[in-house]
Amino acid sequence: MNPPQVSRLTPAVRDPGPGPGTPTSPPKIDVQQLSFFYGATRALQEITLQIHPNVVTAFIGPSGCGKSTFLRTLNRMNDIIPGTRVDGRALIDGEDIYASGVDVVQLRRRVGMVFQKSNPFPKSIFENVAYGLRINAMARNRSELAGRVEESLKQAALWTEVKDRLHTSALSLSGGQQQRLCIARALAIKPDVLLMDEPASALDPIATQRIEELVYSLKSSYTVVIVTHNMQQAARVSDRTAFFWLGRLIEYDRTDRIFTAPAEKLTEDYVTGRFG
Amino acid sequence: MTRDAGRRFVSAVFVIACGLAVLLALVPLALVLFFVVSQGVQALNIGFFTQMPRPVGETGGGMLNALVGTLVLTGLAATIAIPIGVISGVYMSEYKGTRLATATRFAADTLNGVPSIVIGIFAYAVAVLPFRQFSAMAGGLALGVMMIPIIARTTEELLLLVPGALREGALALGATRARAVFTVILPAALPGIITGVVLALARVAGETAPLLFTAFNNRFFSTDLRQPIASMTVQIFTYAISPYEDWHRQAWAGALVLVTFVLVCSLVTRVVTARVQRLRG
Repeated sequence: MNPPQVSRLTPAVRDPGPGPGTPTSPPKIDVQQLSFFYGATRALQEITLQIHPNVVTAFIGPSGCGKSTFLRTLNRMNDIIPGTRVDGRALIDGEDIYASGVDVVQLRRRVGMVFQKSNPFPKSIFENVAYGLRINAMARNRSELAGRVEESLKQAALWTEVKDRLHTSALSLSGGQQQRLCIARALAIKPDVLLMDEPASALDPIATQRIEELVYSLKSSYTVVIVTHNMQQAARVSDRTAFFWLGRLIEYDRTDRIFTAPAEKLTEDYVTGRFG
Repeated sequence: MTRDAGRRFVSAVFVIACGLAVLLALVPLALVLFFVVSQGVQALNIGFFTQMPRPVGETGGGMLNALVGTLVLTGLAATIAIPIGVISGVYMSEYKGTRLATATRFAADTLNGVPSIVIGIFAYAVAVLPFRQFSAMAGGLALGVMMIPIIARTTEELLLLVPGALREGALALGATRARAVFTVILPAALPGIITGVVLALARVAGETAPLLFTAFNNRFFSTDLRQPIASMTVQIFTYAISPYEDWHRQAWAGALVLVTFVLVCSLVTRVVTARVQRLRG
């Protein structure tokens, strides 16, 4: 059965505004009319949305809807794919990250990323977390480095499990631990924004729960954007939800409204499991 | 019934044919090992490793100069070939599909197929003729040129096997492309690259032809890079074509040492790669 057609081209964006506890703060990320092309194929069509600091924003939608592609435009990770092109603007703290002269390396230091499949480096646990600190020269000496590593592992709720084997291979950790290590690695360089691309999709339910608790705890200090194909997960961890379909942003609203009273029929059909 | 019997007969014939082919392939290797070991062991003693060759007519003595010479030559070759080989391997994998990368790959494959005597002539032309002097330097250059394509191709192939997720992970942490290559991707492929380097070393350690008119040979102990230097292979060649019984025995001993060296190299790399793979789980 084909999903119903969209009733209009402009998405039903009821700008949910700043998050609870941070009144009147300006948006952290302000995307305006952003389109993305793989060669001649337009994968994203004129996306406009604002992501606010200190809330968790979830991107949902069926496979191939562009939610991951959109996430990866926010730290210009798509730059490494040949033959891709971006139109429109994406402002972070008011600066267009696609303007000429923007230092992609600096951008990625501010906008950290956790991938769908955990990708620890084949180095020790300690060296994995220290990597970003080392390449960005963010620790003046050994003790400061060790302190930052410990702090990041604690933030990622991994410290107690690994503190006695920091110098063993990161690849000896379980899948869930590897993913939390990747989160610790991303947090170590103190980004403002943390992008998470289906961070729990390859994990068992218990590991997933730990990641979700972690995501929830991170929002006090970070702007968290999480892509998920699991609607229960979006409902559990996020404050704002954006629904994507066929490269378009269909609806963006407070998570409770998306799941209980969506403005679009398409959103309702998706969140109630009628397609996807 | 009859068709079944016919099928079984054909099957048996092929099984036997396969077995015979395997035997035929193994016989030369077994014979080489048998002769080298049985003849070599008789002449092998501590003196072989610690003493210099004696003058013609005197029995005993060893190949200390040639052992050291081979170490010097392979060391030189590695110094020349490892940086050039690894860096061109990185280029071919990072910029795969570009014209220069394709040309480099083609050049490496061609160089790999060039007869070693021709490489020797090349080294003779560029490193012997201008100085009017055979030298260890020229020999090391010849062996190094032979190692470059092996190392470059091994490095390229191993780097292409490193998962793209590791590169993305490094870039997402603010690494530049070069940083990602040299701090994450290259280290991830390092055990395999080391294996390739050791195998290339074992290969050139057994080369004679490129040394004949580059490093030449030296009856005396020398580590001077500007002077001719002895090597196991050339020494074996010289001794083997000599008319002296004692030199023949020493040549066998030298052959045994060389074969053992190559065998140990491949065994060590096998053990190391197996262990690394276990570590990676």
